[in-house]
Amino acid sequence: MYSKFAIIVLMILLDRVSKVYNKNSTEAAISRISLHVEPKEFVIVVGQSGAGKSTLFKLLTREEKPTSGKIIVGGIDYENLKDKDIPKLRRKIGVVFQDFKLLPNKTVFENVAFALEIVGVSNREIKHTVPKVLSIVGLKSKEDRYPRELSGGERQRVAIARAIVRQPKILIADEPTGNLDPKHAWDVIRVLERINKFGTTVMLTTHNQEIVNKLKRRVITIKDGKIVSDKANASYEV
Amino acid sequence: MSRQTRGRKFTTIMRIFKTGFINFFRNFSLSVAATAVMVVTLTIVLFFVIANATFNHSIQEINDKINVSVYLKDNISEDKKEGLMQDLRSLSNVKELKYVSKEDALKQYREDNKDNLELLLAVSQTDNPLPATIQIKPKDPSRNEEIKTVLERSDIKELQSDETSYSGDRKEAIDKISTATTFFKKAVFVSVVVFAFISMLIIFNTIQMAIFNRRDELRIMRLLGASTWFIRGPFIVETMFYGVVSAVLSIVICNALFVVQEQAFDSSTLGLLDITYANQYFADNFFIFFGMQLLFGMSIGAISALIATKRFLRFSNKSHILWRKRQQTL
Repeated sequence: MYSKFAIIVLMILLDRVSKVYNKNSTEAAISRISLHVEPKEFVIVVGQSGAGKSTLFKLLTREEKPTSGKIIVGGIDYENLKDKDIPKLRRKIGVVFQDFKLLPNKTVFENVAFALEIVGVSNREIKHTVPKVLSIVGLKSKEDRYPRELSGGERQRVAIARAIVRQPKILIADEPTGNLDPKHAWDVIRVLERINKFGTTVMLTTHNQEIVNKLKRRVITIKDGKIVSDKANASYEV
Repeated sequence: MSRQTRGRKFTTIMRIFKTGFINFFRNFSLSVAATAVMVVTLTIVLFFVIANATFNHSIQEINDKINVSVYLKDNISEDKKEGLMQDLRSLSNVKELKYVSKEDALKQYREDNKDNLELLLAVSQTDNPLPATIQIKPKDPSRNEEIKTVLERSDIKELQSDETSYSGDRKEAIDKISTATTFFKKAVFVSVVVFAFISMLIIFNTIQMAIFNRRDELRIMRLLGASTWFIRGPFIVETMFYGVVSAVLSIVICNALFVVQEQAFDSSTLGLLDITYANQYFADNFFIFFGMQLLFGMSIGAISALIATKRFLRFSNKSHILWRKRQQTL
């Protein structure tokens, strides 16, 4: 149905994807969503709580399986993905969560290093790579701090550093500014923009109107599990 | 496999071991409980093996002492004696034959009773009342019927001066000991199984607790793309380490008990429970025992960890989200 060309060229491809959590009801969290994201794109997904943003996110990280439809991310067709290969998929995608998901008993450096440790990167390489990434997110000076000693914005930047340290082609951020005040939210968004400039595809979900309006990027609006608009250089309209 | 992949595999294995050791000390109180019950199990196993060998040794020793003594009349010709020896030698249950002449019997008697003047005076060189004897050592003392039948034959019977001695009372004692040791073996086997089961249950719970305590961390690992073995491995290393510590402790305990015993009392009077032999046996096979304990302890640990991680980490097909169900119930 899709040529190999499309699969390789597109970073994210969703074709009529639906997700129904409760099999007995017909209420779908997401129904027949189709979208394409090209490499190096910066996409914002907006929508109110319960619109289906988080479900979309979970489908992309393969925390959930779609009820129907096709998902291809970075050339990997989720339909053919075996359980034991899920770790390999996740290594190709950088993920950032609203609640940071940092390990409280590890320092900033160790939290970022952790992403490399689990894939078997040598300590020497870790010592070399982690400080570089921390300077990208502006936290080079705080690498020995623990997450509890940082502000929310700083924590989220640690999480971003962790997500990009393996140089994924795609970064998916689920409400990364959701818990942050405006100033820190902007710090985080600036970092995401910088990463995007380096060539990483960024997909961001948010319901922060101000950020969406100022960024002037492609905006996909989801309402009741359906895409209601998909515009370039768009602003927030729900 | 490329050099880089190999390098990464090696690094990963080292990290799995390191994490396992760190977790052992991180869950220290849980680790102690799991290790303690494993020490008990392994010590019981060790005692069982040593006691088993000791009992077998004691029974063997008593068996060796049992023989059938055929007392011969004084006036038997050399031919007839040889003929009788020949007959007996052909029997399947005869392990060894020994002929004790009248002179040797007297010498032995004097040696045995050298402190008893009265008994010594009762015999003299000229008037030797002791008969020549054929001592038969049977292979299996509980099956003496064959030998008995031959000895009861009339042509052989007439060569004998006295009733044959079969050490009958000893046979009965041996039967009793055999019954007792068989019972003992069964009892110990059952307790080994029970304790092994209990240690597995406790380790199982230890891991469940550890998984529960670290569920956030494990979930994050999962989301960051850690492989199944990178998550399970440390638990298995940790429980195998319980096995190693327990093996060392149980060997030390056993050794200490022998040392204390040696200083506390003389064991030579204990009869069936030949502690001196047990001690020797333990010392001779020390490394075999240590290896056995290590193997047994590590197996108990690894098996329980494998089951527990399979059960509680839910790597199964249906839910990729770790502990979705558990998080709701826990």
